[in-house]
Amino acid sequence: MSLLALAYWQETGIKLGLALAVIPTTSLVLVYLFLFKMMAFMQSRLGPNDTGPYGSLQLIAEAIKFLQKEDIHPAQADRRVFRMAPVVVLASTFLLYVVLPAGPDAVVENLDTGVFYAMAVSSLSVLGILMAGWASANKYALLGGLRAAGQLIAYELPLILAVMGVVVQAESLNLQRIVEAQATGEIFGFGAIGNPFILTQFLAFLIFMIAAQAELTQTPFDMPVAETELVGGFHIEYTGFRFLLFFMAEFGTAFAFAALASVMFLGGWWIPGFDVDDNILNILGPGVMLGKILLISFFIFWVRFTYPRLREDQLQKFAWKVLIPLALANIVLTGIFKVVF
Amino acid sequence: MTATSDREQMAYVSAQAADARVNVELDTGDMTLNIGPQHPATHGTLRIACQLDGEQVVVAEPIMGYMHRGYEKLCEVRTYPQCTTLINRIDWLGSFANEVPFILAAERLMEVEAPPRAQWIRTILFELSRIANLALFLGDMGVQIGALTPVFFAFRDRERVLNQIEEVTGGRFHPNFDRIGGLKDDLPKGWIEETHAVMIKMRTFCDEMEDLLVGNEIFQARCRGVGVIPSDVALGYGLSGANLRASGVDWDLRRDANPGLAWNEVDWKVWTHPDGDSFARYWVRLQETREATRIVDQLLGGIPSGPIMAKVPRIIKVPAGEAYLSTENPLGEMGYYVVSKGDLGPFRVKIRTPSFNNISVVPWVMKGVYVPDVITILGSLYFILGDIDR
Amino acid sequence: MTDETPPDETQKIDEERDALLADLSEGLNEILIESHLRPHEDLWIRVDKNHWQDAAQIAKSMGFAYFGFISAIDWQLAPEGRYEDTEFDGGLDEEEDPVEPDNSTGYAGGETRFQLLMQLYSLERQLGLVVKADLGDDMTVDSVREVFPGADWHERETHEMFGISFAGHPTLQPLYLPTEFEGHPLRKDFPLLARQVKPWPGVVDIEEIPEHLEAQLEAEVMAAFEANGGAS
Repeated sequence: MSLLALAYWQETGIKLGLALAVIPTTSLVLVYLFLFKMMAFMQSRLGPNDTGPYGSLQLIAEAIKFLQKEDIHPAQADRRVFRMAPVVVLASTFLLYVVLPAGPDAVVENLDTGVFYAMAVSSLSVLGILMAGWASANKYALLGGLRAAGQLIAYELPLILAVMGVVVQAESLNLQRIVEAQATGEIFGFGAIGNPFILTQFLAFLIFMIAAQAELTQTPFDMPVAETELVGGFHIEYTGFRFLLFFMAEFGTAFAFAALASVMFLGGWWIPGFDVDDNILNILGPGVMLGKILLISFFIFWVRFTYPRLREDQLQKFAWKVLIPLALANIVLTGIFKVVF
Repeated sequence: MTATSDREQMAYVSAQAADARVNVELDTGDMTLNIGPQHPATHGTLRIACQLDGEQVVVAEPIMGYMHRGYEKLCEVRTYPQCTTLINRIDWLGSFANEVPFILAAERLMEVEAPPRAQWIRTILFELSRIANLALFLGDMGVQIGALTPVFFAFRDRERVLNQIEEVTGGRFHPNFDRIGGLKDDLPKGWIEETHAVMIKMRTFCDEMEDLLVGNEIFQARCRGVGVIPSDVALGYGLSGANLRASGVDWDLRRDANPGLAWNEVDWKVWTHPDGDSFARYWVRLQETREATRIVDQLLGGIPSGPIMAKVPRIIKVPAGEAYLSTENPLGEMGYYVVSKGDLGPFRVKIRTPSFNNISVVPWVMKGVYVPDVITILGSLYFILGDIDR
Repeated sequence: MTDETPPDETQKIDEERDALLADLSEGLNEILIESHLRPHEDLWIRVDKNHWQDAAQIAKSMGFAYFGFISAIDWQLAPEGRYEDTEFDGGLDEEEDPVEPDNSTGYAGGETRFQLLMQLYSLERQLGLVVKADLGDDMTVDSVREVFPGADWHERETHEMFGISFAGHPTLQPLYLPTEFEGHPLRKDFPLLARQVKPWPGVVDIEEIPEHLEAQLEAEVMAAFEANGGAS
């Protein structure tokens, strides 16, 4: 199976090392590309474009700033929970990366229930957020934590239901199999570009992206952190490195969700219309994936910088009255098409 | 004193809680949330003590005074020209507009009238400070409800207006340019053409805000029907400016009270909106900013020639008398009740600031709203802390 | 009953305000004590303090529905004066006549030290109105909070700044000042400590122009004045 025929522990070690290196890098890439460059450009901000060549030193400046900050615990805080919370949130992000395939073999663990696993671990972050909100001993943090819990639970459902359409069409919960289904599939007999599910599952794609936006607490749905209402919500009391952990988790998760979307709807590492050897794809795959991920994150951040934020009750209404019925209808439709054609 | 009044306060709060339009069957216990004094939505140091039932506000009570500087007392020991320095710092986003009513009140008592050229330039600078002030509101309202981008556009374009003000007065924020009897200086060369260009830019900015916010469904969902103030309440609380006009009251001191500047010479319109909600307040201010650019454009075309200073004595002594003069400032009705006893300085100055009255409606309007609406309503009422605390 | 308008030959008759005053005297009847009118500028009336709330109610029913502000004036002369007798100010005033203490109490004023002010607008008439009332020694007046809800904060402010009580106001709490603050800062006998601690070189900026330059400066000013406003 493996190219280099390594022992299992060797292979796992390499994969783990790579994953550990990749995760912080990915969030840095997103922060640099979108948070600094794109946002600065869109909002005509001056700073992030000027530090160093092409603003590249801004990132280092920010990191140094965070590391210099004093590590503060509120006097009333539950210290142990308070310290654990960012780690739990970050852990959920790390676990997500386990199943993300970057090539036919370039995956940490090719789980048969990959989709199921990804959805499950992504909702672990709620736990960390609630911990942070509760342990901070701050009313804003508490409100933020509760909002986050309500919101993430409400949006978990449309997220999973949207993915169901893809799963039905690919006939598998395995992310690699989903990619292969897109590579070998055909749309009503036309198979030249395979079947990227974004074409046949467009509704599911939209629901997935909207729900992911809420899951990531990005702007139209960023009430848990709403800085003008809750002054940062659950992470209001965090400073320095602990805040940086939350920050990295936020962008790491954004990257992971963009990756999930590109695997399930854009065909992941596979290049439409090219039929090449697996080994070459193992090399090319990560690059292809990265391109697709950046494309999707571009949309995520574009929306983030453009829209105002909804109110919590409006968000719940939107989830339960619009997204979930639509997602259910999508599953039914997909099922009918699957049986009929 | 403290104990009894604290108890009185509690009685007041619980009496109001009974009135609140909230569901009180569930015995869930209220939480007190202090929004401010250091909260990004309070533009300084306003504090809103909210009694919350879940996320619903039972009672919201603004508490201010963290920045009270006692300008009314300080004015009593200053000469008239020195007072304008303080007055500049009341509404710090539209400083020039603050000076005008005070100077006009002093001129009324002295029975001096500034020459027409000075009146026109005053009106132009007045409207420029209105644009600078309201431009920030137009962007800031976006931030209050979560859209980050508009405020950066606002800062970018507001800078152009500030540059124009700076070119004439030498000060971006606190010009201190208005004098009893006229103005300190004339316009610099080429300023009129530059200002025309800036006005075109500002109209583009207004269009951008219309695209980014007014037309946005989420913005409308957040603002429409939130914080509705009917017109009789608005009048009773003495709301002024766009807050009053957004409640459907057609009242603009520039048109109706005729304070004597050049507004009557140009063709413009008072915008009103019947709804009285946060959206209406935003919309009215947007239209007003546009209208202000039109006023400036028209005024620039017809500045009369002549002196910019009437003949006034070098040492200004204002004859005994009383005058109340108010103008339609960016935030609303800014008025000065000046009492003179014939000295170098005023005997008493009562500063009637728009934000003070505008924020006094908060306990009324915030009963039963959600926490995010508190921010929307505060943002749309638009106050400046220096204007509340004086 | 009515003060004479200031003797100024250029001023015309202000028909609107005359009509308003006639209406008000009819509506307020014996509540109205005194009035003063500056044509085309403003109208002042003084009402009976005991009918302060009634006056507000009647004014509101006559169309004065738009609430401006409530405040007060302390007509006592400050014992410290205007803090102008510092070393910096010495020798500025040439006329050394002992200044007659001015004990007047303003337009439509009465006898007492404290005077209450309320400013209202009538949107239909497009006119403003200043209502005054003389406060007696008990320093208490009925609250007009029921008539104009906006008066709530203004009355609180007037209470803390002047020590005037408003009967019927539930929360006469300090609005600006700390709870433990003592005194009423806007009273004239409340010293402005900053000025006492550090003299203010305030009036110095109107310094004398040297005699040999005076004529020249005057000529320059006049030239600029007559040259139709200079450049631009």
